[in-house]
Amino acid sequence: MSITLRINDADLTVDAPDDTPLLWVLRDELGMTGTKFGCGVAACGACTVHIDGEAVRSCQVPLADVWGAVTTIEGLGTPAAPHALQAAWVRHQVAQCGYCQSGQIMQAASLLAEIPNPTDEDIDIAMAGNLCRCGTYGRIRAAIHDAADALQEDTL
Amino acid sequence: MSRLGTITRRGFLIGAVAIAGGVAFGVYKIRQPVPNPLHPESGTAMNAFLIIDQDGITVVTGRAEMGQGAQTTLAAMVAEELDVDWADVKLAHGPASAAYYNGALMEAAVGGADYERAEWRRNVGSALGEVGKLLGTQITGGSTSMRDGYGKLRHAGASAREALKLAAAERLGVSVDTLRTEGGAVIARDGTSLPYAALAEAAAQIDPPQVEPRPASEWRILGTELPRPDMMAKSTGTAGYGIDVRLEGMRFATVRMNPNLGGTMVRFDPAAALAMPGVTDVIDLGTGIAVVARNTWAAFQAAQAVDINWGDAPYPADDTAIFAQIAAAFDDSPNSTPRDDGSAPDGPMIEAEYRLPYLAHATMEPMNATALFTGDALELWAPNQTPIAQRRAAAEAVGLSQDAVTVHTTMLGGGFGRRLEADYSALAARVAQAMPGTPVQVTWSREEDMTHDYYRPAALARMRGAVDDGRATSFDAQIASPALTAPAAGRMMGLPMAGPDVAIVEGAGDQPYAIPHYRVRGYAAEVAIPVGFWRSVGSSFNGFIHESFIDELAHAAGRDPMDFRLDHVRPENAVAAGVLEAVRDMSGWDRPKAPGTGRGVAMTWSFGTPVAEVVEVVDEGGRIRIARGWIACDTGVVLDPGILRAQMEGGMLFGLSAAVHGQITFSGGQVEQQNFPDFDSLRMSGAPMLETRMLSNNPHLGGGGEPGTPPAAAALANALFDLTGVRARALPLETQFDFVL
Repeated sequence: MSITLRINDADLTVDAPDDTPLLWVLRDELGMTGTKFGCGVAACGACTVHIDGEAVRSCQVPLADVWGAVTTIEGLGTPAAPHALQAAWVRHQVAQCGYCQSGQIMQAASLLAEIPNPTDEDIDIAMAGNLCRCGTYGRIRAAIHDAADALQEDTL
Repeated sequence: MSRLGTITRRGFLIGAVAIAGGVAFGVYKIRQPVPNPLHPESGTAMNAFLIIDQDGITVVTGRAEMGQGAQTTLAAMVAEELDVDWADVKLAHGPASAAYYNGALMEAAVGGADYERAEWRRNVGSALGEVGKLLGTQITGGSTSMRDGYGKLRHAGASAREALKLAAAERLGVSVDTLRTEGGAVIARDGTSLPYAALAEAAAQIDPPQVEPRPASEWRILGTELPRPDMMAKSTGTAGYGIDVRLEGMRFATVRMNPNLGGTMVRFDPAAALAMPGVTDVIDLGTGIAVVARNTWAAFQAAQAVDINWGDAPYPADDTAIFAQIAAAFDDSPNSTPRDDGSAPDGPMIEAEYRLPYLAHATMEPMNATALFTGDALELWAPNQTPIAQRRAAAEAVGLSQDAVTVHTTMLGGGFGRRLEADYSALAARVAQAMPGTPVQVTWSREEDMTHDYYRPAALARMRGAVDDGRATSFDAQIASPALTAPAAGRMMGLPMAGPDVAIVEGAGDQPYAIPHYRVRGYAAEVAIPVGFWRSVGSSFNGFIHESFIDELAHAAGRDPMDFRLDHVRPENAVAAGVLEAVRDMSGWDRPKAPGTGRGVAMTWSFGTPVAEVVEVVDEGGRIRIARGWIACDTGVVLDPGILRAQMEGGMLFGLSAAVHGQITFSGGQVEQQNFPDFDSLRMSGAPMLETRMLSNNPHLGGGGEPGTPPAAAALANALFDLTGVRARALPLETQFDFVL
């Protein structure tokens, strides 16, 4: 069935079975590969995107249930114009293999939208669903604090 | 000498195993240069590692980028010699080619403990490494990328620089002595600046001068924390992993292979799967099936809908029987005895048994490969650590010659040794063969990935030791584990292998302790479960076994475990003592601990690098938090402190995750763990805060990717003993302790 989604400020029409998870609509039907497949059971966070600004696991959202505007890592920022979090990720040289980092960054973006100046504990709670097998957690935490500071300076 | 002599008589030493039957290559052939495989569409290939074009340089490393940052530091070696701005340096993996053979893999495996390896033995290994050209050892593994590249890439940069200067000298009609290089250009005394891009074509015609690389005292790029060129792409979702390959007209597929690993497929009925929306094909793969569909998820769903009767597994059905089969190896004669010093003292012995489970690699990017079969050729896109092995496996899978197969190595979403194997490429090739002319991406579900691994083998250890007057008088280890090196290295080289299995004893039989009676024996078990190289290989279990039992001896002697280690390590090796002293200082080991706190230390010398780690655990209302960790390593030279620190800390967390959570168990012949909820890793909330100190006293360049892993489990278990008085002799620890995670 044909469904039009609002993704990264564009209207995109998808003709796929309506139980197809958003993850696979993005990756395989629309060719937006920045959002990653890790587990398919909402246990790793690699597929995290925003729907109406809220972090969700796109592997668990059927196409028919997408209830609002979708933002993916491609919509958050680009190499030419990175989001504050992406710039902080580069400053702190966070990524190793990098495969989980799209999801980590999308999760962190929703954290900062909710708590602009999070504590270590806030970060731990928000990020506990995002798995990294390379062990980049220390740098992720530092980059989130750094991005929070940068965003607050921008608003002052 | 004796061990080297024995093995070389039996065959040809390679990776501490011998090629059965012996393969003799004349020295003349080994010395033949490998043709440069690079033919860039634009720019000039100066050698197999360097392309110069208008935008700067591209360093072609032939090594996989799987998170460890090897491409970055290898490129920095070239940039250091070539005087180019780091911002103008691009990275590329390059093709499958013997030009990218890994010489250090063999150099590291010429017998004997690394810390006491004599120079002559290193030289033999280095010469042997050249054979890699002929064997096609283009392998990213064994923590060897820096050790292999350190000579090659700096020479590549230096000789290219001198050739560019010669080309400039000829063009300007001046003496080459009057020229210098800076910012990607050759500069003459009068200030004339000739960019490399304008000289490259002429320079490539010049027989490259052989010049010595610059001394470390003159380095401006190496030794600094460089920004990784892949970092922005990995932070914006634009890095191209294997699973991100998108080709015109590409179809999506998955496989469902027999979960009784190595078993056959008796029959299958595809009808229900073919009736599902978006499903186009169900392909018979002999020991499983592939489903082709409009998207990967549709393929996943349909694969489960295929009705299949599986043949049985060729190994025992459950863990009890599997571990009994491993224990039976103790009844055979030892497969190797890498250490046998002194004789057992009289008197009572301390005895203990250790047990470690099978482990999955669980890379974040599940196994996948993309292939296009066109009848007489195959093109393959695969995230892999062994391009030549992928080419061979894919060619064999579809009955083509290796020349007819082109391999593109993409970015890897984690490797950890799993992507040394080529099973995913062979399967993708076979699926592609069933649909000529149509590119197809074959992605495994997480469940398929976790239940069809080449697992880190399980291990059992029988330990005996004795102490007297505060010192160890005996350390006697018997370690049994399924044979790993010969089958795995054989798959990678495409040759049958034999010989003693170093994986069973590494990390135990090669440690820098002075103990009067010090014996380590390895026993090779015959278990038909697929096993492979897992980050730090045998040291991943022997680090736990050796360093836990040292801790037991320290406590039996009534000694502080740090003092006890240093008393035995200092007389044997000052470099190893140095990393222990560093973590002692960093962790405040000698300061009184807060109440409800436990500390443990462990040290393992692996992959050329000694690493000591201290873990601090804290009782939080009856539950245990893994609060902090300290790491000291000594790689001799620190080529990029930012990347090395990341590898050490990531390596330690990898070891801690396995220690806390990791186990692959079998029931009914099948792996029980299916996905991350059953095979979890430390999350940010349960991971310790880490600090790392990098020392430079090691006289030889050591590896970085793996040595952080082996001491981690023992440091944690020793800390748990310090806190609770309970000695963990089996992993994982979550079955015995209640952690804050």
